[in-house]
Amino acid sequence: MYFRLGWRNIWRNPRRTTVILTAIVIGVWSMIFLGALMRGIADQMIQNGIATLTGHIQIHHRDYRNDPAVENSIAEPAPMEETVAKLLPPGSHWSARIRVTATAANARHADGVTMVGIDPPREARVSFIGKAVREGRYLRDDDAFGIVIGRALADKFETGLGKKLVLMTQDTEKNIASRAFRIVGIYGAEMEATEKQYVFVTLSAAGEMLKLNRGISELSILLPDHQLVAGTLATLRGAPSLRTYDAEPWQNLLPLMRAYLEIYDTFIFLWYLVVFIAMAFGIVNTTLMAIFERIREFGLLKSLGMKPWWIIKEVLAESFFLLLIGIIVGNILSFLSVLMLMNHGIDLTRFAAGSEFAGISRVIYPSIYGRDVLLANLVVFILGLVVSLYPALKAARFKPVEALAHV
Amino acid sequence: MNIVECINVTKTYRQGKMDVRALGGVSLRIKKGGFVALAGPSGSGKTTLLNIIGGLDAANSGSVVVEGRVLDNMTQTELAQLRLRKVGFVFQSYNLIPVLSALENVEFVMLLQGVPAKERLTRARSILDDVGLAGLYERRPAELSGGQQQRVAVARAIVSDPAIVLADEPTANLDSKTGHELLEMMKKMNEQKSVTFIFSTHDRMVMDHARRLILIRDGLLADDQDRDP
Repeated sequence: MYFRLGWRNIWRNPRRTTVILTAIVIGVWSMIFLGALMRGIADQMIQNGIATLTGHIQIHHRDYRNDPAVENSIAEPAPMEETVAKLLPPGSHWSARIRVTATAANARHADGVTMVGIDPPREARVSFIGKAVREGRYLRDDDAFGIVIGRALADKFETGLGKKLVLMTQDTEKNIASRAFRIVGIYGAEMEATEKQYVFVTLSAAGEMLKLNRGISELSILLPDHQLVAGTLATLRGAPSLRTYDAEPWQNLLPLMRAYLEIYDTFIFLWYLVVFIAMAFGIVNTTLMAIFERIREFGLLKSLGMKPWWIIKEVLAESFFLLLIGIIVGNILSFLSVLMLMNHGIDLTRFAAGSEFAGISRVIYPSIYGRDVLLANLVVFILGLVVSLYPALKAARFKPVEALAHV
Repeated sequence: MNIVECINVTKTYRQGKMDVRALGGVSLRIKKGGFVALAGPSGSGKTTLLNIIGGLDAANSGSVVVEGRVLDNMTQTELAQLRLRKVGFVFQSYNLIPVLSALENVEFVMLLQGVPAKERLTRARSILDDVGLAGLYERRPAELSGGQQQRVAVARAIVSDPAIVLADEPTANLDSKTGHELLEMMKKMNEQKSVTFIFSTHDRMVMDHARRLILIRDGLLADDQDRDP
């Protein structure tokens, strides 16, 4: 009975009902859609961070993170790699790297870069570089003098495929080490900063240049699912043969990103709250208007013997339908909006410099999280009914005699 | 047997800074099956007395007994129950719930009483037929004339077999022909089902139809003419 009365009562004033429904729909849509955009940004930040040489877990020499000098390398990585291979979950990949700061120079320009010596086939399964080459080719195992650089660096140096690039750094004997490489490939990355920073050579070429022999700077691990990070890390740290090394998760390797992500969670919650508060005023106002227009009707209901609690249920039934319709339509709009943007995203190229500073890709793709959708719907529905209690209680408290005499 | 007893009932309202005496000590007894009119000029206290008998308002002093139940110390919930089970109301205007059909309006009280759906439907249709509204079950109040709306209100008031039906100026918004038809119908209900009707009115026609006429003036009983043999 309450639902029948509630449903019919909300359509007594279709215009007013449409206005409040529009407010709820827009509120729900903004909560879910903007939440999805923010999650998409966060997800891409994580993916970029992990793909840009971080991986899910890295293993270093104990002192490497404090001083990433070539002296703090893992001298004999083979036993460690053997242990890691046994301990990682199925579907995992890992790659050894040498990573040092260096100066890149050609006839026209010189600039600081990070030289990354990689095992090409292994690295292709772990980081972005395997699929990122846009011109020329990817590195091969036997590339003693081949180098792959970023498009932005190539533009900056006014250079291209087949041209020479000299890298200079310090070797393990503290001498200047330099080597001339030939550009065999040019890669593109999500962020221009990445293209300018990283240059890739083979592990053997880097090791030779730095007199590292078999030594490496790091072992980067990519797991099949990021949710396995905590468990895998605990396993690696617990292995006796790995105790002399430092195993860290991506969150510790990218502390700024971790801080961003924590801010995002808080921001999403605050956004939900602000949107809901704005919506709540509309719901309360609309319901109160509907109540005060029907004072005599409530007097009639009470005179017929309807108890106050039944009147509250009837008014809440009206809010129930408004919230239900608003939530359903808002959700549909949100999912359609996300669907529309899933292929092409939102292009921030015009704001690329600013967005890159924050670690955001040039194109944003929204990402819907089930828990965000559930939270948004629950916030609107439950708190919507809660704020509707105020007008419902007002209606229940009308005195029949006074209400019937109301003009 | 007395269905209603009022013993020295007083009622005073606060209007601004003044106290207005609506009832100054009214005592009366109404027998079961009565067809009684409380008549008097506007402001005489007849509606106030009706509201107190129906449990919509509370007397300041005195005692009111409806079908053996003393209203004086009842809680709001108990009064609501009394109105639901024992009292039917017919108001001057705004009698019906606009979003419900004639049938649903009549069913409404039985629904509040917890009557099963099938029985509700049967009784509601039957009573609507009795009041001359057969075939108009699905019409909403806006699609009915004033007289038809009042018939639905009367049907709703008596469908739950109340002890008394309190009608406050039921013919005030009707033309004389329609008002007469309504009165005849209520008289028929009174005679066939022994439902006690108590009217508050200043309509001559209602006064003429009543078998007992109680005149109220300035909150006091002025006259009491019992025309029952």
